[in-house]
Amino acid sequence: MLGASISKNGILLTLFALITATVLASTFLMTREQISESERRAQQRALFEIIPEQRHDNDLLEDVIPVPLDAWAQLGLRDAHHIHLARQGGEVIGAIIPSVAPDGYSGDIRMIVGVNKDLSIAGVRVLNHRETPGLGDKVDLSRSDWILDFDGTSLTEPAPSRWEVRKDGGDFDQFTGATITPRAVVRQVRRTLAFATTHQALLFPDTQISETEETEQ
Amino acid sequence: MSEAVDYQKISGNGLWTNNPALVQLLGLCPLLAVTGSVVNALGLGLATLMVLTCSNITVSLIRKTVSDAVRLPAFVMIIATLTTCIELLMRAYTFELYTILGIFIPLIVTNCAILGRADAFASKNKVFPSFVDGLMMGLGFMAVLLAIGAVRELLGSGTLFANMHLLFGDMARGWVITPFENYPGFLVAVLPPGAFIVTGFLIALKNLIDARIEKRRAILKTKPIKGSKRVRTTGAVN
Repeated sequence: MLGASISKNGILLTLFALITATVLASTFLMTREQISESERRAQQRALFEIIPEQRHDNDLLEDVIPVPLDAWAQLGLRDAHHIHLARQGGEVIGAIIPSVAPDGYSGDIRMIVGVNKDLSIAGVRVLNHRETPGLGDKVDLSRSDWILDFDGTSLTEPAPSRWEVRKDGGDFDQFTGATITPRAVVRQVRRTLAFATTHQALLFPDTQISETEETEQ
Repeated sequence: MSEAVDYQKISGNGLWTNNPALVQLLGLCPLLAVTGSVVNALGLGLATLMVLTCSNITVSLIRKTVSDAVRLPAFVMIIATLTTCIELLMRAYTFELYTILGIFIPLIVTNCAILGRADAFASKNKVFPSFVDGLMMGLGFMAVLLAIGAVRELLGSGTLFANMHLLFGDMARGWVITPFENYPGFLVAVLPPGAFIVTGFLIALKNLIDARIEKRRAILKTKPIKGSKRVRTTGAVN
């Protein structure tokens, strides 16, 4: 009696699992393309904000190089990420570097930092954060324009010692009530610029090649 | 079923008398977490409404095949499947909203309001009444989400219907209402404590209204005794 009930229920549940699995699988297959398309578009939008479409003629999403292993710590990365390269007529004019500020007020602040060929900032965007709503979340462009202050800055402009929030004697504004978040972002952008400087040959090979050609001549 | 199903009562139950959020206090976790703005509240409200309605229909359809012993695992399987489907669809078509609501979409599975309705109503009733019950409970839940979302958005950031394009596409970009220019923002309303406070006030408001209705009903009940003759002549009185 008990055995019969167990096997009956077992069969019933198996049947159920099969049906639900089928429903799930078909929904997954139906939406798979649309999902990757949406993800692609969202990613693209963020990249285009930093290096607009007019400035390059290649596919930003496809033209990538992996972040070199020795730079993971400097960029705050814990797993493999890609650097997106923007080219105009084959020449790299800018690179979009993933970077994570590990010392935000509540955890990691994931950003992408666009660096121009002349090692100035093309733009910085925060992709993901858990900072306090209303205070630290002003690093997000949808909350405030603060992040645009980085545009055009470089390691020489302002001077390296000025790459701090005002409270620490630097040139960048902090927010009322929130210093930790902007401090983390400013320092991480500076580190990213340092990475771009030391890895100039990797990011912008064309400049390097033309220089060597000149020296050979 | 011999007696006619009282749809009015089912609707009243879901929307008011037995409202999942204000009376049953179910699904409070998403309720408190995502109601920072109207668009977030609407997004999660709609997703929950869909899952709740579909799960009620499905559970009602299979109520005679599933034995008592395995009914809960079967219901959970149905709800989990539906939630995952909704999650995939949102990820495909409202990607930005999906990233904002994040973990709270998969967590719809754990919203007790859904399993509660499946077990308490859909497993004992026919398909159509179950559909109505799911719809009304879902609408009741969504209405509360929207109310809290609206209050918190207005108090917290001084806007209403901001970012509606996440849900309705580009045409909704202009829907945002900013009643006060240069509103400084009220941080507590945006943070989780604000959700608790607003929810508390809403529950109090509902109880207040209920008490008023009760009082009026009591007055109405006593009235017919006094003026019963006159009232009766004009026709039917309940």
